[in-house]
Amino acid sequence: MEAHQIPLNWYLFLSATLFSIGIIGVLIRRNALVVLMSIELMLNAVNLLMVAFSTYHNDPAGQVFVFFIMAVAAAEVAVGLAILVMMYRNTGTTDVNFLNKLKW
Amino acid sequence: MVQSLFYFLAFLSVLSALLVVFSRNAVHSILFLIITFFSIAGQYILMNAQFLGVVQVIVYAGAIMVLFLFVIMMLNLNRETEPQTSNLVKFAGAISGGMLLIVLVASLKGADQIVPANGMDVRTGLISNLGKVLLTDFKLPLEVASLLFLAAMVGAVMLGKKEIE
Repeated sequence: MEAHQIPLNWYLFLSATLFSIGIIGVLIRRNALVVLMSIELMLNAVNLLMVAFSTYHNDPAGQVFVFFIMAVAAAEVAVGLAILVMMYRNTGTTDVNFLNKLKW
Repeated sequence: MVQSLFYFLAFLSVLSALLVVFSRNAVHSILFLIITFFSIAGQYILMNAQFLGVVQVIVYAGAIMVLFLFVIMMLNLNRETEPQTSNLVKFAGAISGGMLLIVLVASLKGADQIVPANGMDVRTGLISNLGKVLLTDFKLPLEVASLLFLAAMVGAVMLGKKEIE
């Protein structure tokens, strides 16, 4: 498909929008599960931008980096959800404001 | 044709991302997140990154979403137990996120247009090309990623098991 009909700037704006939505999700939601989902959203925005730049520069290294980011995201989700399950078992809630002993 | 497809996918991804953040029910959030991931996979395929499009569907829309859904199933969440933020925090969060968006768009608006010097190579995103790069230039990171997976797996099992009395 002829992707260069689309200016690279549009991908910049799209991924900036997705990243900001992820930031808003981390800031306003208190359910730890939804916070993890918002982090996934931010990682995906970065991936989209990396693929766009890699395609427009004819450089496969960017796409390999996206591959590694996906691997790290999968590991992060596995550990994060294990922590979440442990937290629910010990406190009976997934509210991030419940565990605030380390908060200033 | 390609432009309208881009617009459609972009609209779909932004709309479902907003619904992920603002829907009350965590299960609905996950279902909208799956739509977002699929539309991003569509963007990859539109950019001739076929391999990453397929990996996106398999890893994100497949594995990670199954993980999330399983956890939701075990946690027994519903609308009544969903913690609510105060309106002030919601307002402050939306304002700061919106300001970040404004700053990003304003700084990127004047950027020069990148045009591929000698046209785009359609073979950049194909698996044969990517595999060659992955197994020559990125040998060591690939092995380290496998170690990371092993550590994550052991860590998840350690965290998830019950304490032995």
